[in-house]
Amino acid sequence: MTMTILTAILATAVTAGTPLLFAALGEILTERAGILNLGVEGMMLVGAVSGFASAYYTGNPWLGVAVAMVAGGLMALIHAFLSVTMRANQVVSGLALTMFGTGLSSYLGKVWGVVGNPFPNHFRPVQVPGLAEIPLLGQVLFHQDVLVLASFVLAAGIWFLLYRTRTGMNLRAVGENPAAADSLGINVFALRYLFTIAGGMLAGLAGAYFSLAYVPTWMENITAGRGWIAVALVIFATWNPAYAVIGAYSFGGIDALGFRLQALDIAIPSYFLKMLPYLATVLVLVLVSKRNLLARIGAPGALGLPYDREER
Amino acid sequence: MHRKRTWAVLLAAAMLFTMTLAGCGQEGAEPSGAEDSIKVGFVYIGTPGDAGFTYSHEQGRLYLVETIPNVETEVVENVADADAERVLTQLAESGCELIFSTSFGFMDPTINVAANYPDVKFMHCSGFKTADNVGTYFGRIYQARYLSGIVAGQATESNLIGYVAAYPIPEVIRGINAFTLGVRAVNPEATVKVVWTNTWFDPTAEKQAAQVLLEEGADVIAQHQDTPSAVQAAQEAGKFGIGYHSDMSANAPGAVLTSPVWNWGPYYVQVVQSVLDGTWETDSYWGPLADGVVDLAPFGDAVDEETQQLVETEKARIVNGEWDVFTGPIYDQDDALRVPAGEVMSDEAMLSMDWFVQGVQGNPKG
Repeated sequence: MTMTILTAILATAVTAGTPLLFAALGEILTERAGILNLGVEGMMLVGAVSGFASAYYTGNPWLGVAVAMVAGGLMALIHAFLSVTMRANQVVSGLALTMFGTGLSSYLGKVWGVVGNPFPNHFRPVQVPGLAEIPLLGQVLFHQDVLVLASFVLAAGIWFLLYRTRTGMNLRAVGENPAAADSLGINVFALRYLFTIAGGMLAGLAGAYFSLAYVPTWMENITAGRGWIAVALVIFATWNPAYAVIGAYSFGGIDALGFRLQALDIAIPSYFLKMLPYLATVLVLVLVSKRNLLARIGAPGALGLPYDREER
Repeated sequence: MHRKRTWAVLLAAAMLFTMTLAGCGQEGAEPSGAEDSIKVGFVYIGTPGDAGFTYSHEQGRLYLVETIPNVETEVVENVADADAERVLTQLAESGCELIFSTSFGFMDPTINVAANYPDVKFMHCSGFKTADNVGTYFGRIYQARYLSGIVAGQATESNLIGYVAAYPIPEVIRGINAFTLGVRAVNPEATVKVVWTNTWFDPTAEKQAAQVLLEEGADVIAQHQDTPSAVQAAQEAGKFGIGYHSDMSANAPGAVLTSPVWNWGPYYVQVVQSVLDGTWETDSYWGPLADGVVDLAPFGDAVDEETQQLVETEKARIVNGEWDVFTGPIYDQDDALRVPAGEVMSDEAMLSMDWFVQGVQGNPKG
């Protein structure tokens, strides 16, 4: 396999992995606060359509990104209200959010009249001066659009936030044991709201990556189930942003790798490749399914459990 | 406890994924007032927003509604195969006299439901099972594909044409073969390289498949998918694309040479009229270029006069019945003679095609 093909494979993996990374980073923040949000797919779709529509009508892709994040955040706010304030079942609420988001995004796309419209001013790959000259990795990591570059910074920032700041420590405490965190004076409700919304904003950004950089147009169900891969990715990454980067690029590269193997006449069933992300996630789950081990690798102890002050 | 919850979550996720696929929306009921009105149901596997297969049927429905004043339509979108029986029953119960079920996977559900509603007429698109009140219809899109192959064969300079294909089923294989015969008719040096995506609709995957083919050296990308992503990838790489389903030139300006397209409108009008007149009979309709059910979208600017002329000549031969695409001699990938010189392949053979013609690179088994 020549160097150029290897570069092409890795570069595609990074591009295709970027929306997964955005969504997974968001879901990590949310789950670290103890809130399970299965509405990622729905939030991504709403982000994708609203981001695309605003960019399309103003010509400004950055405005599109901002609107997508706000839209994703608003979607997440619904989930936060239901699961934090109303203490509803988070699985049900998240699933409902995905169904709602899927329908809403189709509806909005029609109402706004943007289905399939081309948007010439979308994000395009740029050569980062200096860094793009690095052999192999330069073209893989630094000949990318600006959102991909932003995702590197974001992943590092979220890692730093989680493990090196007081807010991050509080956040992890809230996800681990909200009662204990509460007794230490941490505002459980505020943090859960904040990071559920932050997670939604990143899911919206992931959606905008599809409609403003990768595809780039709005089509109904444009994400084609990748929100679910992002949810699996969070478990695969054991709630750690650093592993999420690796996981996102591995999961993102699988499709392209399958096509490449076909083009080279190497017969590996594509169905096998398609199930790899889930298989890997199940494998990680099996490996870490011992309670103490699960706690050690980072699964928030109170994930999915509503917190009620009166009941502690 | 912990473990149980995680598994429950995964299970729920899997369930929801199925449900999302099955989720359906309804729309499009026009008010009827006149005495001689008819209610017609449409069942779609996707949504008209796909610029693809469902879009083409929706265009047909809109044409129908405009042409026949007293027709009332009821549309159900995003119907999963497993949900089709329920949706078809619901439409029959709601008073539809004629129901178009527009996806291959709805075949058995249509037959089953039709047995319960002998007074309702069913038209199933792309299948092969009929009954007294169930007819089938489809179009000979391969004829348009052959013509688009001529355009691609003329345009390629690298003599490698990429083909992003959904599933290794006869319909798709037939299209690839017809396209390749068109390519080789004008450019015997060219080959068509196939990559399977195993999905009808996934803009990201379709684009990646096209990118792989472009990196392999293809300079024209054809496709059998529901979105314009593959031709968009070609445009971004400064190469050419052949669309499918609808005229995709707006999706990748300058790059689209042409697109084999569906044109269901006139046919839908004809079927509805026959039901109104009481002349409807069960039938297996496979509409040719001559009927206009399938056609070629207008040429892009990059297609030269000579090529356009060539395509028009070939089109005329097919339209007037002088010649059809799968006329021998046709050799397969392994250089074995499949159709002897002068013989025309039967419809049955075309409908069960599971091998590639000479000039295709790829595996017809997927």
